[in-house]
This record gives sequence, C-alpha cells and structure tokens, in this order.
Amino acid sequence: MSDPKKQKRPFWTIARKDAAAGYLFIAPQALGIITFVLIPLGLVFYYSMHEWNVLANTFTFVGDANYQMLLRDPNLPPVLLASAIFSAGLVVLNLSLALLLAVLLDQKLKGIVVFRTLFFSPVVVSLVAWTIVWSFLLQANGGINGIFAMFGIEGPNWLRTPTTAMISVVVVQVFKNVGLNMILFLAALQGVPKELYEAARVDGAPAFKQFRRITLPMISPTILLTSIITIVGSLQVFAQIAILTKGGPGVSTTVLVYYLYQQAFQFHFFGYGSTLSILLFLIVAVLTFAQWQLRKRIVFYEN
Amino acid sequence: MTRLSMLKATAATAGILLPLAWSGVSWAQDAVNLRMTIWSANEAHLALFNEIAEGFTATHPNVSVTFEPLPFENYTTTLTTQIAGGNPPDLAWIFETSAADFVNSGALAPLTDAFAGTEGYELDDVTDAATALWTRDGQLYAYPFSTSPFAVFVNNDLVTAAGAKTPAELIAAGEWNWDNALATAKAVADSGKDGLVIRDFNYQTWQNLTAYWRGWGANAWSEDGKTCGFAEQPMVDAMTRLHQAIFVDGALPGPGENVDFFAGDAAMTITQISRASLLPKEDPFAWDLVPLPEGPAGSYSVIGQAGVGAFANRPNTDVAVEFLGYMTNPENSQKLAQFFPPARASLLNAETLGKTNPLLTPEQIENVVIAGISNGQVISGHTNFAQIQQTIRASLDGLWVADADVPAVLQSVCDGVAPLLAR
Repeated sequence: MSDPKKQKRPFWTIARKDAAAGYLFIAPQALGIITFVLIPLGLVFYYSMHEWNVLANTFTFVGDANYQMLLRDPNLPPVLLASAIFSAGLVVLNLSLALLLAVLLDQKLKGIVVFRTLFFSPVVVSLVAWTIVWSFLLQANGGINGIFAMFGIEGPNWLRTPTTAMISVVVVQVFKNVGLNMILFLAALQGVPKELYEAARVDGAPAFKQFRRITLPMISPTILLTSIITIVGSLQVFAQIAILTKGGPGVSTTVLVYYLYQQAFQFHFFGYGSTLSILLFLIVAVLTFAQWQLRKRIVFYEN
Repeated sequence: MTRLSMLKATAATAGILLPLAWSGVSWAQDAVNLRMTIWSANEAHLALFNEIAEGFTATHPNVSVTFEPLPFENYTTTLTTQIAGGNPPDLAWIFETSAADFVNSGALAPLTDAFAGTEGYELDDVTDAATALWTRDGQLYAYPFSTSPFAVFVNNDLVTAAGAKTPAELIAAGEWNWDNALATAKAVADSGKDGLVIRDFNYQTWQNLTAYWRGWGANAWSEDGKTCGFAEQPMVDAMTRLHQAIFVDGALPGPGENVDFFAGDAAMTITQISRASLLPKEDPFAWDLVPLPEGPAGSYSVIGQAGVGAFANRPNTDVAVEFLGYMTNPENSQKLAQFFPPARASLLNAETLGKTNPLLTPEQIENVVIAGISNGQVISGHTNFAQIQQTIRASLDGLWVADADVPAVLQSVCDGVAPLLAR
C-alpha cells in the first residue's frame, strides 16, 4: 500500500537532480570503460570457455578445458619466469635510473630544462620506430658492436643469446619510458619542503642521510605510484619482443603477452589465448592489490 | 509547432527517407569490390595484377578488385586476424606450408566445378603434381598460381673479384656441388663481402633451409607428417656442414646480420625466380641464375608453391571464384608466368617462358625453371603449421651459436615437436 502523499511529490527532487547531473558528468568516461574494458573483459571470459577455430569458423563450448590446459601447459612455467625476470629487471632499473636522473636534474642550473627535455623525449617517440632503430643498433654487425669494435672489443650477438637478449629488451624499454617516471619524481622532489633539509643541515646530517631520511619518505607515495604503473606496464610489453626477438632465442624472452599473441593469432587457439589473458588479468590485479596494501606499511603520508 | 505535429512530421520524414536509404543499400550491393590479400608489394607484380583486374572489370563493370599487400613475415597471422575480426578478404594468397590448414578447414570455396564450367579454362592442362597440395576429396580449393623452384642467383662480379670459379664454370666442369658452392661463398666472404644468403631464412624461418638440406636427403618430417626427421643422420650431416659454414668459415652471414644479395652485398642467394624482379636496374652487376648445387644425396630441386583461394560463405564468393577463374585462365596464366612459374603443362616450355621472362636466358629457363618444376618436391607443410614452425624455431635457436652441439640440438628439436606431429 503506498502513501498517496508520496505519489504527489515531484519526480525530480533536488537529490535526484544532483544524482542525474553526476551521472551525466561521468557518462562519457563510463561509456568508454563499459565499451572498451568491461564488455571485452566479459567476452574474453566467455571465449576462454570455448574452442574457437577461426579458419573452420567453429565455436564450441569446452567448459574449463582451457583452464585445465593452463595447468598442464609445459611452456607456461618458462613463460611466466621470463615475464617475472623482465618485470623485475625493468622495475628495478627503471625506478633507480629515473630517481637518479630526477635528483641530478633537480638543480637550479642554466640550461637544465634542455636536459630534462632530452631525457623525456623518448617517451613521445613512437614505440615501434624506437624499437626498430634499436634493432639496428643491437644487430651482430650493428651500431653498438661497431662502437665496441673501435676499442678492440668483440661485442656479443645481443639479440641471439638468451641472457643478452633479455637485457636488451629490458634496456630498450627502460630508455623508452624512464623519462616519464623521471618527471614524476622530479615533481615529487620539488614538492619536498626545503625547511626540512635546512633543519637537517643544522643538525649536521650528511647528504646521504638527508636523502634516506627526508627525500625517500617524502616521495614514497610517488615511488608507489611509479612502481605500480611500471609493473603493470611491464606485464603488457609486446612490441619490443615482437620486433626485437620474437620471443627467442628459444623461449627466453617469450613473456606472457607475447605467448598469448602466439597462441591466439599465430596458432589460432583463440580460446586458449583468452584463457591466458584471464591469467594475465588476475596477475595484474593481484600485484596491484598487493602493492596497494603495502602502501600502509611503507608509504609515508604527511597527514 | 506543437509537440504532436512535430512527432507526425518526424514520422513522415522517416517514412520517406527510410525506403530511400533502403533502396540505396541495395544499389550499393550491386557494386562489388573484391579484396585479395597478397604478400608481394613489388610494383611490377602489382601492375600486372591490376592489369588483369582491369580486364575483368571490362566485362564485369560493377566489379573492382583491390590487391592488399600484407608484410611477408607475418602474412598468415595478419590474414587470420582479419578473418577472426570478421573482416576476411574475398581472396587470399596462401603459403604452401599452411595449405593443409586452409584446404582442410572448409574456409575456402571449392573451385573445380566453377573452373570446369568456365569456357576455355582447360582445367586438364593444370598438372596434378601442382594441384595435389591444394586438393581435398577431388575438389580444388586454391589454385597454385606459382610453382616456383628454388635456385641460386649469383653475383659473378663478386665471385670473380674474389678469384673463385663462377658457378657456371663449376657446372661446365661438372663440379657444382655444395662443397664447392660453400667454398666459393667463403672465398667471397674472405674478400670482405658476404658469401651465401639463404633468403628470408633470417635464422627464424627454418623451412627455407629445405632448399639446402634436401641435398643431403634430409627432411623436416616423414612423408605422412608423423615422424620428426631432424635427428636423423642426413639432417645431422647437413646441419653439421651448415654450422661449420656459418661459424667456422663465415661463408653465410651469421644470425642477426642483415645482408641483401640484390643490393650487391653477397656472392649468392638461394631464393625463387620471382625475386628476379629485385635485380637492380641502375648500377647492375653481372648476375647468373643456376640450379641448386648437388648434395651428397645427388642432384635435387625444391619447389615453393603459392596458392590463391576464395573464401566460402562470403557475400561475393561467387564473383570471387569467377574472378579467380579469369585470373588463372590460359591467357592470364601466361602473363603471370613472367614472375610466377605456371602450373599449366602447355606453358611449361622454353619458348613460352622465354617470351614472358625477358630477364632469363633460354638456358636458365631450361635448366632452372623447367627442370626444377619437373623434378622438384614441394617444401613440406603440415596441419597446425604455425605452432610446429614456432616450436621447431625455438629449439633450433640453440643451433645458431658458435659452440652448439649439433646432434644434441637436433635431438631436442624432435623431442619438442614430436607430440605436435603425432597429433
């Protein structure tokens, strides 16, 4: 039984108007996320329970068969290992280099802007173009070994031996994106109140101690942010692998995304490829959640 | 205008416009634009295809054909991505190695009946040897428009400058075998240029080595496709010799080195004769085309095939099949023979091929093209080729280092690929 008084109330109450305005404001973004993230995610999950033969145009429900295959796939452990090595190498190298560059560039010197621009410029270069240029440099008879040869050193065949191939793809990726993290660190460094350093100097704290006790804690939120961005980005690496090594030599640089691409687009196992992308999604989700939890313990917030 | 009259006006406008738009759709359907994916971006090839397409448009004014070159390296991947994305081409070139996948999948439209019904097509003229790979249950599913033997292009300038005998001289002396060929390559490499390039191999596309290891009687897998051949003695011998040629003699450019024969940087290259179009027109060098050298197992020849098929169950499948029949009829086959050796018996003679291949001498046509096609075996393909290719590629990477244990690596190739072959 409804109260007749309530029915007389106008539909557009102030609260509803506010809510509608809010929804309208987020509508463009929400539509984008629904169309390009949520629906594809749902579809990938749906595909992962099917066997989809593109050529024969067959699409059959196979239940959890693809997930069973995930557990038995002998290629998966080396692929996950390659992904882990790549991500670990990238995060450590990228963050330490970015922080080092940011500290060096956080000076009031003439022309410092030029250097900041120089180090940032690879970020805006097309990834594929950047990687192709590096592929020429890294060839056995390429530019890097040419420089080595001038000093009488015979350089390794960078992309054809497992260790150097992994180092190469990591370094190419680090140089490409280190500028972005550098700028974020630079902004964070400039946000550290100068009086903290003055007080430390008065107390006679050496430069290294100032960096450890003041700078690092004050920029720790940025370190968290950059490490999340970098780890998630590192798990999505594809173009560098496809252009530089094609996952080789052997399977030493076959990271998860490249393996997924091989299964789906080269071998036409779209169902299993979708299953692998669900795995990738879970890994990214778990890592991000873990880092977010860690922030309570290691990140320092002023307030 | 009141709200009601506005609604009426809108409905009326829609009532007029929608049928118009509908009929517009049906007009658009009459115009047919066929798309064929190809892996050659060569201008001379494209000009020829467009000429053939124009000939078809002359009798079918509503039909136009566009040729879409896809990168050679990722051709099949790109093609299947287009199919998976719901945007397949109407016609596509297909590598011999993926023939089994395409022909058995049911993705292609059957051609035999349509071709047999086309006047003047002379389907009987197309040799059974050429169509075997593309036929299932007596139906042709793709037309082998190129049956191209692998041969050796030679840069005689580089060979003579290095003080070595040219392959032609070796042939005349009855000494054109792999030992002497690799020695010539080494001589040129020692002189500062590069020796022998196995084109498109790049230490990745190992199936292109077939043109080399068949000289030892080696094969990637058995005739029925079930048994791995990499660990067998002929393959071990062939690969041991190749490894020595690369890493001890330097007769072939090493892994990761990009060398282009057609830019004049190497003494010899193994490739198909359709690549003759890459020979430099400006600043040319003295070149020759010779058959593959004799191997320990005797003389041999290897053929690469390319088929072209029409996709089934597409809106314009019938027109696509009709165009394919036109493109490969006797008259156009003769035009195509300029780059792509034909599968038609009537065209396989020095006279016809000589007319269409002005670049080649009658001797080259006789010894390389005709002898190669008559005696040659096609490169081995397999169902699920992409995964097999990739699995072997990954294991074979262990071979391309200076201190590789050749028999052990080859055994690991077989260990890895055996389950896929047995499937």
